Amino acid sequence: MPIALLSRHIARAVGGTNLGPRFLTLGKTQLSHTHERKSHLMKKRIVAAVGVFATLAAALTGCSGGGTASASSCTNTIVQDGAPQVTVWAWYPAFQDVVDQFNNTHTDVQVCWSNAGQGLDEYSKFSTAIQAKTGAPDVIMLENEVLPTFTAQNALEDLTSYGANDVKTNYTAGAWKDVSSGSGVYAIPVDAGPVGFLYRKDIFDKYGITVPKTWDEYAEDAQKLKDAGFSGVIGNYQTNGTAFNVALFAQAGAELYSFDSSSPTTVGIDVDNAATVKVLSFWNDLIQKGLVSADDSNTSDWTTKMVSGGYASYIVASWGSGYLQGASGADEDAVWQAAPLPQWDAKNPVQVNQGGSSFAVTTQAKDKALSAEVAKEIFGTQDAWKIGIEKGALFPTYGPILNSTYFAEREDPFFSNQQTNKEVFIPAAQAYTGYTFLPFQTYAYDQQTQAFSAVAKGTKSPTQALTDLQDTLVNYAKQQGFTVK
Amino acid sequence: MTSTIVSASSADTSNSKPRRQRRLVGDRRRQRWGWAFVGPFAIVFIGLLIIPLVYAFFLSIQTTTIATGTSFTWLKNYAQAFADPIFLQGMLRVVEYSAVMIPAQLVVAIAAALVLDNLTNWFSKFARVMIFVPYAIPVVIGSLMWGFLYSPTMGPATSIFGLFGLSAPDFLSQDSIFGSLVNIVTWQWSGYYMIIVYAALRSIDTDIYEAARIDGATNFQISMRIKLPMISSSMVMIIVFALIGTLQFFTEPTVLRNVAQSAIPPDYTPNMYANVLAFSYNQFNYSSTIAFALGVIVFIFSYLFLFLTRKQNGLK
Repeated sequence: MPIALLSRHIARAVGGTNLGPRFLTLGKTQLSHTHERKSHLMKKRIVAAVGVFATLAAALTGCSGGGTASASSCTNTIVQDGAPQVTVWAWYPAFQDVVDQFNNTHTDVQVCWSNAGQGLDEYSKFSTAIQAKTGAPDVIMLENEVLPTFTAQNALEDLTSYGANDVKTNYTAGAWKDVSSGSGVYAIPVDAGPVGFLYRKDIFDKYGITVPKTWDEYAEDAQKLKDAGFSGVIGNYQTNGTAFNVALFAQAGAELYSFDSSSPTTVGIDVDNAATVKVLSFWNDLIQKGLVSADDSNTSDWTTKMVSGGYASYIVASWGSGYLQGASGADEDAVWQAAPLPQWDAKNPVQVNQGGSSFAVTTQAKDKALSAEVAKEIFGTQDAWKIGIEKGALFPTYGPILNSTYFAEREDPFFSNQQTNKEVFIPAAQAYTGYTFLPFQTYAYDQQTQAFSAVAKGTKSPTQALTDLQDTLVNYAKQQGFTVK
Repeated sequence: MTSTIVSASSADTSNSKPRRQRRLVGDRRRQRWGWAFVGPFAIVFIGLLIIPLVYAFFLSIQTTTIATGTSFTWLKNYAQAFADPIFLQGMLRVVEYSAVMIPAQLVVAIAAALVLDNLTNWFSKFARVMIFVPYAIPVVIGSLMWGFLYSPTMGPATSIFGLFGLSAPDFLSQDSIFGSLVNIVTWQWSGYYMIIVYAALRSIDTDIYEAARIDGATNFQISMRIKLPMISSSMVMIIVFALIGTLQFFTEPTVLRNVAQSAIPPDYTPNMYANVLAFSYNQFNYSSTIAFALGVIVFIFSYLFLFLTRKQNGLK
């Protein structure tokens, strides 16, 4: 028994004396005395001690059972006390105001919102709740890329029986495809991430570079910047850019995955094809020539370089400007502008999406019809969206606001009042056709990051990395009991 | 504790029958008190350790796949774990860390303790506190702080190396992350081990040093030939602590991963692998298996080490 050995040992090493036997002897004499003379007194004390312990135990179990008490744990205030409540987990910025707007305009239902963490933090809580079969909210905000993960676990309701198709025409085709699987609809779209090309106009002008329309021009511009003595690079290839890489591959025509919840034990994996090889080789070429960096994204170093002129451009979804504005240490004279994403074939442009989220109804929801109503309506009005756009910088998938002149003509002070929505992001969102993700997308992302890191470091060729990635994912799928098409 | 008392008291009263009976009643009562004292601890121990362990083991002998649901597969998961390249690579990695990190911590701790034991002025007290301070900083905070120090744009390395016209190494690259993590752990834990060694040194009878001096030993010889052998049992304890800690390596790489994602994969160490399996990949069963397998390996390593050092640790 190492634990016993260890405790004896600690006693020896620290005190130099073995406390064990001495302690026992002491215990023995004391016990016999108390037993003879003070047993009645002892009894009282024991009763008291047991009482204290019982209270403690109650407090402990009270803590662990806290997850089920939902009504009292709303972050927002409930306006209609008598109305049934629907619990919602979400991490949208400025969501408090959206919830208040919803509660103030509804008498039949009230939203009880809490923030269960962002992305993976929320998903792990949700996974735990699924495992425990209790503790999940009624309505949950999920990024579209994890929807298959949870539909495969039968954790999300198919909303077609709750009138989801009635609101289908309100959304863009790509956004609707992202939340659908087969004939089922598993969430109501909220925001999207149409991808554009953000660039530093001041740097581009200084070195006489024009905005690239194709990837070939991008590579030429990268070389020109380098030759002209620019201290940074034109851009950064994010090896750990999860949805970023999926978007770049999709633009070249790759359909990486297929999954249909009507046959949930079958997946399709095709990460090693002509399109992915073309994209990865393109970036690898630029990286090995030193024309593009391969820093990890979403680190403090990356942010610092991004805002201080380390990179002259940033390929990112519409929400990217929010990150740039929030970062400190930015160049004071930086002039950012947005342009459409460079293309492989300028005549047949392909628009892509990076990120985007939606509201799903969990199978643990108490009142599913009411929960579906909340999912449909919470971001289903222009008023709610004005809060989302102005305070939360969200990009809407909701047609009435997406196609409104209000949204199209919004001027972004960060981009020197450029109408970025009209010029770049709305066309991108409307042309986007949707992706399919795997039921184990988090795993696929982690493997993808490792594969592309190896490429950037030069230990694997792009073709080798993609072949290995394909094998890894197929093996994992089989091990998880899926049939791989 | 109770059993000792019972056997001792029944042994010395076995001669007279009525007295013995009376005593036995007393013993039983005493046993009850014993249980009452142990009770609160036992409830917490069983409720928060034994039951979760049994439940985890129960999970580890089942297999749940996203596609096919749950079934009992007994030891299949364990067979898979010990053939899983990620788990084995992670184990190899923590063994490599143990081989470098434990000697590093031990050398720093012993050197500092020996020096402090020889000094008796105010500086010794001050230094003792300062060396111990890193241990008082929470591991997460310490790792975050080092993450900033290692940063190529915000850390001091770039400007320090710049003074000599050199470019700073990238501490967070795939090649140098090993050394960067060793540095964090050594910085954090050496002070703690130093205090243990120092306490052990203080408990040595100073007459022995006097005797050694009369025999002509220098301070250095006293340190090497007398002090070190006399504190070998504390050193064994430190190594066991450090070994268990390093095999369960988790916090530092997890925190540093925020700034070095491509250098530290999410399954870098077995503990991180178990964590990511459970909470990112929804594989609670296999995660339990990995956790149990790691526990068994830690047990074997610790036992083996205590067995091999039984002469030094006095546990013979």
